[in-house]
Amino acid sequence: MGSRLIQVGRRLAQALPSVFGVIVISFVLTRALPGDPAVYFAGAMADEESIEQVRRALGLDRTWIEQFLIYVGNLANGDWGMSLSTGRPVTEELMQRLPASLELTLLGLGLAVAVAVPLGVLAATRPDSWVDHLCRLLVTAGVSLPTFFTGLFLVYIFYYLLGWAPSPLGRLDILYLSPPQVTGFYVIDSLIAGDGETLGAALAQLVLPAATLGLFALAPIARMTRAAMLGALGSEFVRTARAGGLSSAVVLGTYAFRNAALPVLTTLGMVFSFLLGANVLVEKVFSWPGIGSFAIEALVASDYAAVQGFVLAMALLFVCVNLAIDVILTLVDPRVGLDE
Amino acid sequence: MRRHLKHLRYVMGENPVTVFAFSLFTLILFLAIFGPWITPYDPLATEAANTLKPPSWDHLFGTDHLGRDVFSRVIAATRLDLGIAVSAVALSFLLGSALGCSAGFWGGWTDRIVGRFSDTIMAFPLFVLAMGIVAAMGNTVENIIYATAIINLPFYARVARAETAIRRNAGFVHAARLTGSGEVRILATQLFPNILPPMMVQISLNMGWAILNAAGLSFIGLGVRPPAAEWGIMVAEGANYIVSGEWWLAIFPGAALMLAVFCFNLLGDGLRDLVDPLRRT
Repeated sequence: MGSRLIQVGRRLAQALPSVFGVIVISFVLTRALPGDPAVYFAGAMADEESIEQVRRALGLDRTWIEQFLIYVGNLANGDWGMSLSTGRPVTEELMQRLPASLELTLLGLGLAVAVAVPLGVLAATRPDSWVDHLCRLLVTAGVSLPTFFTGLFLVYIFYYLLGWAPSPLGRLDILYLSPPQVTGFYVIDSLIAGDGETLGAALAQLVLPAATLGLFALAPIARMTRAAMLGALGSEFVRTARAGGLSSAVVLGTYAFRNAALPVLTTLGMVFSFLLGANVLVEKVFSWPGIGSFAIEALVASDYAAVQGFVLAMALLFVCVNLAIDVILTLVDPRVGLDE
Repeated sequence: MRRHLKHLRYVMGENPVTVFAFSLFTLILFLAIFGPWITPYDPLATEAANTLKPPSWDHLFGTDHLGRDVFSRVIAATRLDLGIAVSAVALSFLLGSALGCSAGFWGGWTDRIVGRFSDTIMAFPLFVLAMGIVAAMGNTVENIIYATAIINLPFYARVARAETAIRRNAGFVHAARLTGSGEVRILATQLFPNILPPMMVQISLNMGWAILNAAGLSFIGLGVRPPAAEWGIMVAEGANYIVSGEWWLAIFPGAALMLAVFCFNLLGDGLRDLVDPLRRT
């Protein structure tokens, strides 16, 4: 167990350079504004003197290293700048919208895993059957689907033609009030409040956007599961387990799947990165009030602090997800700790 | 050459899907080159009397909210979409292979810096990073290309690094060194041509993703400005009409985008079979 803890600690330490790199790039992006940032932030009516004042206030007259240290200090204090379009701190805006995006992304990922992993396992255990062909078709078609297009297509079919889905506008139909805020996840909040009707309405709004994200994430997960399972099933320890007379359920579940789960988990990190990007597009299609929509509005309004805050928040979130996956991998991997 | 053609025919015969992808690719290339001359209508011409008409013989894909012919716009957009993707992929191929080759060949500090640099880019959700880059550098088509090139750079650098590193001590490299070639010359004339096949596969697999990425950026209003015909923008414009049932505005450009990406992905898989039969799935 001790060696595992050391491994986990080492992984945590390995994330530090990533965080540093992310902050450096984010810093470069904030200073790469077209033209002179001081002129931009001083506004259109500014004269020489007030521009100079803004320059000093922003610390733009100092050296790059000083500027960077100030930037890092501000970030650490939670000062991510003010959003020009709403006039509130960027961190506040992001925190308020994050639950909406996370609820959507996690449900999408959950749906994808729930479909893709069994599909990949079935395809690997029955090569060249119809499941295998279906899996291959889904994998090739899935990576070619533009998320915004899939979303609109689903809206057309399930909202306009069939009338099954509610109108694709936001997290709740306007007939409902949002549940009392506890976690910010409407599904969980309405469960806590014991409000079945709101729960149903929130789920109904979630289905289409989550399915859109799920379809997008399905392909890489299914592909990796199939490949990893094929690899595990062809390996010697599975052959030995079979020869030893173990039931096929034990061989599949305990021996093959547990080993195949490692590369699949690694892929989940990459998939999550794509999902965070796809999320922006899906939020626009479904008018979802998450951080993606916020970032798009900020982009259109040239609200730089908000956009940079969004990029930095997404990157830090992604670093955390990768870290979590790495830690889980260390804990799950049967080989870790065997060398000592 | 003859042997390659024979092998090409063999791979094509083996896999009818690749033949399909190759024909589709030829069609897309044709439309990108000759598109503007073969559209039945001017893709920018508005016609106030003829707005939001469903597909008919006059307007195969219908007309949009300004009375523009959707069919002509979808065809005319091929050049812009493909142009953005090709320029971005070419940029990241050139820069990525230069960085990756040096890292794989010299190792040491070069390797560490290049590796750290790619890792840092990969630490971002890539589409989100592209949004940030375009926001910081300014909202133009050129910057869309640069942003797409930057987020794809690590993939090329990694492949180039891995492929160079395994050939660094190959016999032909030692032979070239013995004949008095300089290091840079060995890298450029001996190693680089040898890593081209896997890089080509990477290009073809990456192309679809580059198209998707660029279209996604213009879907959220970055880069290409209306009234220019571009698939992402056309889907974005059509999105408002889908809830009222005017599906042809968004579905046709979206389908064109999907077909193009699908074609490049199939082609990439086919090319990988051609270059590396062992990795067939």
